[in-house]
Amino acid sequence: MNNNGHLISMKNVTKVYKTGKIHVDALRGVDLDIGRGEFVAIIGPSGSGKSTLMNIMGCLDMPTTGEYHLDGRPVANMGIHQLSSIRNKKIGFIFQNFNLLAYATTFENVELPLIFAGKPGAYRKQRVMECLENVGLANWAEHKPTELSGGQMQRAAVARALANEPDIILADEPTGNLDSKSGGEIIDLFEQLNELGRSVVTITHDMNIAHRCHRIIRIMDGLIESEKHNGNGRDKNLTQD
Amino acid sequence: MLLAYKISLFLKLMVREFRAQKLRMALTVLAITWGTISITLLMAFSVGIERQMHKASSGMGQGIIVLWAGQTTMPFQGLPQGRRIMFRPEDQDLIKARVAGVDKISGEYMRWGVTIEYGKKQVSKLVSGVYPDFGEMRSHYPQPGGRFIDQFDFDSKRRAIFLGWKVAEEIFGTVDPVGKMVMVNGIPFTVVGVMVKKMQDSSYHGPDEDYGVIPASTFVGIFGDPYFDNFIYSVKPGVNTKTVEQDLFRVFGSKYRFDPKDTHALWFWDTVEQAEVTRKVFLGIKIFMWFIGGMTLVIAGVGVANIMYVAIRERTREIGTKMALGARKGHIILQFMTEAMFIALFGGFLGILFSLAITRAFWLIPMEGAMEFLGRPLVNWPVAIITVITLSTIGFLSGFFPARKAASINPVEALRYE
Repeated sequence: MNNNGHLISMKNVTKVYKTGKIHVDALRGVDLDIGRGEFVAIIGPSGSGKSTLMNIMGCLDMPTTGEYHLDGRPVANMGIHQLSSIRNKKIGFIFQNFNLLAYATTFENVELPLIFAGKPGAYRKQRVMECLENVGLANWAEHKPTELSGGQMQRAAVARALANEPDIILADEPTGNLDSKSGGEIIDLFEQLNELGRSVVTITHDMNIAHRCHRIIRIMDGLIESEKHNGNGRDKNLTQD
Repeated sequence: MLLAYKISLFLKLMVREFRAQKLRMALTVLAITWGTISITLLMAFSVGIERQMHKASSGMGQGIIVLWAGQTTMPFQGLPQGRRIMFRPEDQDLIKARVAGVDKISGEYMRWGVTIEYGKKQVSKLVSGVYPDFGEMRSHYPQPGGRFIDQFDFDSKRRAIFLGWKVAEEIFGTVDPVGKMVMVNGIPFTVVGVMVKKMQDSSYHGPDEDYGVIPASTFVGIFGDPYFDNFIYSVKPGVNTKTVEQDLFRVFGSKYRFDPKDTHALWFWDTVEQAEVTRKVFLGIKIFMWFIGGMTLVIAGVGVANIMYVAIRERTREIGTKMALGARKGHIILQFMTEAMFIALFGGFLGILFSLAITRAFWLIPMEGAMEFLGRPLVNWPVAIITVITLSTIGFLSGFFPARKAASINPVEALRYE
């Protein structure tokens, strides 16, 4: 077990995409540790590899080479069912375009991970309502995603990510499709979750959001270019972006 | 307990999925239903038409041969050619005694333009004089309450007449003819029976519905014909009709002194042989029907596959989302399979139901004119079931492999699927 107590521990992780004869080095050797209770922003230009990094973190994709330990366990050795189980219980994933099932109600969308986890009906009902209350959507449980605003949809997605009380929330540009006010509300939510002890990693283009995180990791051409700990203040180099 | 719980979870997911995919599901169900109806009906009508054709071709009689006397075309034993051969009444016993292959036989006398009268109604019809075996050979079945000419009528030369149903209708209208007295060329006859309606697509003296039959003995007594117009006979089971023909040439050749190889001396109409030809023609039609059915099946299959493929993009992204939320491959595949099964069963059920309804509806149309030859369509169950299974399998496979693939690859690829 090599995790140094970290929730996420990556050593020299690479990812090569092969499309026919074209090889794209999306990640070229990333070393990264994220501890419990951290609130991390990943920034970088388009195509720098940040989404790839996040997908690997969330067990949606596998590294080409390198080691990735999630909560002390090597992901490379896990079978397809174990990976499903990890995605279901340990990770809450939030997408830029929400990925809510359009035909299901807000309630049913949030219920989905609980169904996959095999939780009983009474528990599901109670837990879904808890999560919806946490994100302020308790009154919208029976509405379809199409009846919600963008901010509400993303809050529903946050509620869904929280359903199985995951160790870590991974968000891939969660505010990318939202106006600044709704985006701010999502980040408020993330802060609240983080204060309750949950790790949050978010990709963002928005430096205002990045600066509300504890740590900013900047990715460039498949490598970590710089890391800054925010503390309370703002890092001048990064605000120029 | 755990299983029941898992099933309830699973059903919940499925119902949700169904709601989402209403249009696509409806289209797939429709494609399977339509395909099933087309093919089932095609085959149902094929069965109906075949049966009617068989019925019609056997209307004159099943497995009978009509024998006429002809004219010699070869000189024989010093006799010239061109002699007319005429069958005498005793020839019937001669054939019975000398030609072993013959089963039933009846000579037939005919007289055209015979007046049949009842009350003020008077018609002019063909009347045949025959032996009792004639009735069964020539499918002259009596309507309830009546009978055909029997041995007693024959032996006692009774003035008994059996009528075609059309003649009976013409002169009796709605009155039951059985037991009534009619005048045949001014001589009183008792109607002993009326023929049941039947289909008849061939005859050697006009349709059977339109004539009357009396005992041969009575016929000779009244009209005094010395010669039969023809014989009707059937052969014993397993006997080749050609062998019997050769025997008849031999027997009659020696009696009437003509060359047994003189093919114009005797004429045969072999309905056994003809039935075989009809059978082959219909086999050809059937092969053609099956071919069209097969083609229809392919088209319906392509339709089903097409609908499934269209949904792949949306479906794949959704599978990606579910995988990201922690769904297992099994969740996704099982759900897909249940959906496919439901579509197949529902589509197939509807298809067969509609086919049955449509064929039944055709049964309600009176069998007249062209409908008589269309007959009663009959659903061929193996065909219907094979169609449903084939279409379902195509629908299943064309959706299953993309779904399985989407559930097997990294979720991120499914999420990115365009």
